[in-house]
Amino acid sequence: MIIHVGYFSLVLTFLIALYGVGAATYGAIRRKTQFVESARHAMLLTWPLVTLSVLAIVWLLVSGDFQVHYVYSTTSNDMPVYLKITALWGGQAGSLVFWSWLMAAFASAVSLRKWDHNRELLPWVVVVIMVNLAFFLSLAIFFENPFARLWKTLDGEQITAMFQPRGTIPLVPVDGRGLNPLLRHLGMIVHPPMQYLGFVSFVIPYALAMGALITGRTDDHWLRVGRRWTIVAWLFLSAGLLLGSWWAYDVLGWGGYWGWDPVEVSALIPWLSATAFIHSVMIHEKRGMLKQWNMVLVILTYSLVIFGTFLSRSGVLMSVHAFAESAIGPMLLIFIGISFVGSFILLIWRWEKLKSKNQLNSMLSREALLLLNNLLLIGILVVCAWGILFPLISELITSQKVTVGPPFYERAVAPLGIGLLILMAVAPLSTYGHTWWKPLVKALLKPFGASLLVPLILTLRGITNLGALLGFWVVAFVALVTLNEFWRGAMVRRRRHGEIIPLALWRLMRRNRQRYGGYVIHLCTVMMVVGIIGIEIFQTETQATLVWGEQLTLGRYVMIYESMDQFDSPDGRFVIRAVVSVYRDGKYVGELYPRQDYYYAPEMAVSIPGVRSTLEDDLSVMLVGWEPTPTGGATFKVFLNPLVNFIWLGGLLFILGTLAAAWPDRKS
Amino acid sequence: MYKITLPLSLLVILLLSSLLTPVSAVAQDNEPTDDEVNAIAKQLYCPVCENIPLDTCQMQACRQWRDTIREKLTAGWSEEQIKQYFVEQYGVRVLATPPAKGINLLVYILPPVALLVGIVILLRAFRKWRQATVQAEQVQPAKPEDPYIARLEEELRRRER
Repeated sequence: MIIHVGYFSLVLTFLIALYGVGAATYGAIRRKTQFVESARHAMLLTWPLVTLSVLAIVWLLVSGDFQVHYVYSTTSNDMPVYLKITALWGGQAGSLVFWSWLMAAFASAVSLRKWDHNRELLPWVVVVIMVNLAFFLSLAIFFENPFARLWKTLDGEQITAMFQPRGTIPLVPVDGRGLNPLLRHLGMIVHPPMQYLGFVSFVIPYALAMGALITGRTDDHWLRVGRRWTIVAWLFLSAGLLLGSWWAYDVLGWGGYWGWDPVEVSALIPWLSATAFIHSVMIHEKRGMLKQWNMVLVILTYSLVIFGTFLSRSGVLMSVHAFAESAIGPMLLIFIGISFVGSFILLIWRWEKLKSKNQLNSMLSREALLLLNNLLLIGILVVCAWGILFPLISELITSQKVTVGPPFYERAVAPLGIGLLILMAVAPLSTYGHTWWKPLVKALLKPFGASLLVPLILTLRGITNLGALLGFWVVAFVALVTLNEFWRGAMVRRRRHGEIIPLALWRLMRRNRQRYGGYVIHLCTVMMVVGIIGIEIFQTETQATLVWGEQLTLGRYVMIYESMDQFDSPDGRFVIRAVVSVYRDGKYVGELYPRQDYYYAPEMAVSIPGVRSTLEDDLSVMLVGWEPTPTGGATFKVFLNPLVNFIWLGGLLFILGTLAAAWPDRKS
Repeated sequence: MYKITLPLSLLVILLLSSLLTPVSAVAQDNEPTDDEVNAIAKQLYCPVCENIPLDTCQMQACRQWRDTIREKLTAGWSEEQIKQYFVEQYGVRVLATPPAKGINLLVYILPPVALLVGIVILLRAFRKWRQATVQAEQVQPAKPEDPYIARLEEELRRRER
């Protein structure tokens, strides 16, 4: 019963989405507002309907109805309830419905918006969003159905189907396969939803852009309507990436906080073009320039979102030969092809209309520097895209597999990244329009000089790594310029309105959210860069096999292996837990409990490190191996990661800063 | 009899004991630490799983490969020789970046070329826009007689800056 409710909600939503497309198109072409209104109501209905389907899946997961193939493949009896819920996005079929659910949420939210001033754009926004929603629903309805059940024929053959095939009886396994143990982590609860939110939410700026192209309203109307939606989408995408990075770091074995794994990179790529868009939009708003380029960036960002989804879902990234495993791979590719080509046909149709009188007064003007920002971001994008596509191309041509790993990315991205950081320091002092280089250099001189103190002091304290010195210098430069901007602004307010500094800062941010929100985000970025420098350049590690009572040393830390115990946990794991005590500069600082969890169900072992975290560094101890004798030796791998928590602190403040920048002003 | 067999049995014992502890007596100094093995494993990638470095991979096969590195280090092989051995056995995919030969050269050529193309496009756009600005500035409107209009224009120009 629940299965049928769930499935037919999906089908109903699909039909309603198609109706919405038809009604909106008809209403727009024939100028019949009732049809457009009807289409808007249809879009509003989509979310409640898909919610029914999501609730059905969650019910089936939590109650353990193993006849449903999806429930069987992603859950097992011994999993805790919260993990069973996360299985909603733990497998291909469920995650397609989850994706559709989030997209429907944005669709419904946007339909609730006051469209009175933007009547022209509305029908096309409905069309684009509903086409996308219908597509993803169709993947779930026709190809990867989360409600398909297991049946057994009289000959013992196993069939998976939605409706009972003739001559079969239900096959109800006693227990499910369970979720991959590596996914049983807090990160599984927060990262995929946030990442999906980030991807899905870009359909709104994209739909607005398409609406602008179709209606010919190519002024900055669509940008102003979509401005807050774009920042929110960018916020979710950034948060998704940060959470994924934190999860990977916590689990350690996945290459630390960023391993340049192709799936990670495919999620970074749309973020890069989105960041470029957020910056170039400022030129558009202030000077009406670059309308064509902005369109290109929006189309690119959304297309890259779908392309990234395709790469990770079709099995292409794991191995070219896994393409045939899922039928949705080719479907996604066709969809990307059609929407990409369609978007560009629309763009070319309106190309002349988008021509703005581009004027550049100076190579040091803010417009020029923002364009340079775009160049560097797109440069990083090209490097990343090439890095993940080349192995596929090479395998297709030479049938030889190659690995394009971290050294490639690091060497190519580092100089571009440094360039971006230097821009962060110079651009706030630049002005739109006429800029003479003398005032700019004069304004930069003090913070530049002051920032040079940082590498100087570090060298005196014994740090000689050139990369680190360069990195810390540029961080100091950006921080000084940006903080100075806050200081100057607050001082002006104090002089004019007599406000005390904290109030002045608060009012400053509220009156110009975009600018000062951006500066906060820049400051948080360099905070994260501090953490990145720490772990990338100064990380040390060691591995040793110890018996009870033995110790190992890493930097200022000494770790003593005290004891080990083994026990069965209530949720189907056999745990081997070591107890180690940690000393820093000779002083006792605590105990850590690195352990290995053996899962009986999928017969996998997961290593969970014991970590001591401070702002200064992280000491991470992993239990890598052990011997079953009573005082047997255990092998520990220990990492010392200096400054790494600045990445997470900076990341958290980054998200809060973006929220502050996106917060609606009272008057709007 | 004891006079002959004692040295003989001592010899036998010596021989047997050297067999029981084959390399340990000699290899006490040669036995590589886990860190030395990991330093090399870090630079190699698991030959079967995609994009996982050999020092973090916990699969049985990877443990065996790390043991292979340990054996070769003990036997005195250099880092380069060990890496070359893995490449010969499992292909270039074990390296972190492909060797710069043949089609793999494209990996290293494309990014700087793309960046150069981007710079060229940007510079040309800059030049074209700068020209447009210069032309626009040259087409000055005729000086208005009305002083108020002149003041208004001056104010507007100052605000734009």
